Amino acid sequence: MTLRGWVTCAVIVVLALVPPIVSLVDNAFILDMATRFVILAIAAVSLNLILGYGRMISFGHAAYLGIGAYAVGIPAYYEVYNGYLHILIAMSVSAVFALVTGIVCLRTRGVNFIMITMAFAQMVFFAFVSIEEYGGDDGLVIEMRSEFGSLIDLENASVLYYVCFVSLLLILYLIRRIVRSRFGMVIQGARGNEPRMQSLGFDTFRYKLACYVIAGTICGYAGALLGNFTNFISPEMMDWTRSGELIFMVVLGGTGSVFGPVLGTSVFLFLEEILSGLWLYWQLVFGVFLILVVLFAKGGIDSWLSGRRTH
Amino acid sequence: MNSDVLLSISDLYKAFGGVAATNQVTLDILDREVHAIIGPNGAGKTTLVSQLTGVLMPDAGQITFKGNDITYMPAHRRPHLGMARSFQITSIIHDMTVLENVALAIQAKAGHSYRFWRSADSDQNLTGPAMEALRGVGLEAQAMQIAGPLSHGEHRQLEMAMVMATAPVLVLLDEPTAGMGQEDSTRMIAALQVLKGSCTIILVEHDMDAVFALADRITVLVEGRVIATGKPDAIRSDETVRQAYLGEELEAVTDVPGSGSSGTVRHVC
Ligand SMILES: Nc1ncnc2c1ncn2[C@@H]1O[C@H](COP(=O)(O)OP(=O)(O)OP(=O)(O)O)[C@@H](O)[C@H]1O
Ligand SMILES: [Mg+2]
Repeated sequence: MTLRGWVTCAVIVVLALVPPIVSLVDNAFILDMATRFVILAIAAVSLNLILGYGRMISFGHAAYLGIGAYAVGIPAYYEVYNGYLHILIAMSVSAVFALVTGIVCLRTRGVNFIMITMAFAQMVFFAFVSIEEYGGDDGLVIEMRSEFGSLIDLENASVLYYVCFVSLLLILYLIRRIVRSRFGMVIQGARGNEPRMQSLGFDTFRYKLACYVIAGTICGYAGALLGNFTNFISPEMMDWTRSGELIFMVVLGGTGSVFGPVLGTSVFLFLEEILSGLWLYWQLVFGVFLILVVLFAKGGIDSWLSGRRTH
Repeated sequence: MNSDVLLSISDLYKAFGGVAATNQVTLDILDREVHAIIGPNGAGKTTLVSQLTGVLMPDAGQITFKGNDITYMPAHRRPHLGMARSFQITSIIHDMTVLENVALAIQAKAGHSYRFWRSADSDQNLTGPAMEALRGVGLEAQAMQIAGPLSHGEHRQLEMAMVMATAPVLVLLDEPTAGMGQEDSTRMIAALQVLKGSCTIILVEHDMDAVFALADRITVLVEGRVIATGKPDAIRSDETVRQAYLGEELEAVTDVPGSGSSGTVRHVC
């Protein structure tokens, strides 16, 4: 097995063992950290589907985290706690949002694409800021977590963690299948040479749009988990800086593999935790570090592990 | 005209910033002929091919394929009618393997690609015919290599495999021997010789050896205009063509004795 394979397995095993370890050392903070990590990893992995595999650099991916979280928060506000309904709303609203905005965004390229995805995300941000009913700027407290019958009780922190963890595994597997499928080949072909793909007979716009919708829908699901985890949702969750952080997680981990963004997310959160405890101006150091990573470590942690620098 | 016309171009016009790159081009391409398009640099050959394939949209005029108007049909729909093109500047997907490049060409024609589950790399329906096409151009040994780092000659072979993989009705080749050495280009001409008769070929080419070896008919473009269309012998001996273009090019080509005026040349301008 390659170094990359070992690391992947090790990360998954450690994640699987987090709750028992936490109960041994009796430190709930670790479980909280791990849950947040797994949820953000899902978001990063979904972003990589469009960013890494499709070279669609979306600067508005955090909007789906917000949409997903509000899809839990707003029904809960009306005392509707059905988790299946929450997830249905989170994913379908995300899908529709991705479809409508994707139709516009995907007509642009390069910096314009980055700017317009950011603009759409900021529109959602300001929309929720302006809705006083749901707390506006201050956000919305989610009194109770989503209910999934008696079998799954999200109020139990370990159960919530395992739901997130299993979701991550399933989504990793799903995306791995997608990128190797015919659909995935079209997306990667369009990344490499879009005019050529068109002259071969592919309507690349539609395939990219479908990819954009899939990524947004998955991230909307992550948002629903996030709302459950934090018991609180505010527009701040989908601020453009949040989208920027997701991009950094992906780039840091490496866009060349399905698992890379998981590594990126872990290192990102780890450094954030360490640095923020050390120094008031940690963000400055962190920012410089991230810029260096983007500039010099092209394939991220992933390519360093596999000793391969493809793109 | 007659039922043998596969592609018909009439009064096609395209200008870039006021300068006509395609100027009132009217031309019929017959079924299963090899139709060479020649002319000096900047004559508008690539621009014409790009309009035929939908990469560029004409400003005026009409293009019909098998009797259907395709003038403004999007590029990605034309391959489904049986059109395939190669590019003057090699256009492949650099970060994929040689086999994946050709498999994509097959996949493009094998129904929709909203298939999210099965691995494409192990799909016999794609890799089988793709491997076949690679064998056809002699590139099967490189099938599993990433396409980008291969040599220029290999890129051109790959480009040709991608064009031929789907057994197209009409093939548009924009300088297939561009940048090739003598040996490679001889091999390319031989490969095209094999193809001849099985499909219609529009061949843009500067290499007059290739043109006179392959073409059933030749059209000469100068400054966006068709100055002559006809059989190779007739084009060779045509005074206008000689003056405008062929004069110096033809010195290099061995003159065929007795190739007087066996064909007819239609002057357009
Ligand atoms: N996208 C473009 N924008 C502006 N001008 C263009 C464009 N494409 C081509 N031209 C101009 O149109 C004219 C025809 O160019 P074209 O590439 O079709 O010539 P060509 O016959 O293929 O030449 P070559 O033999 O060098 O390949 C040239 O004057 C060129 O500068
Ligand atoms: Mg040209």
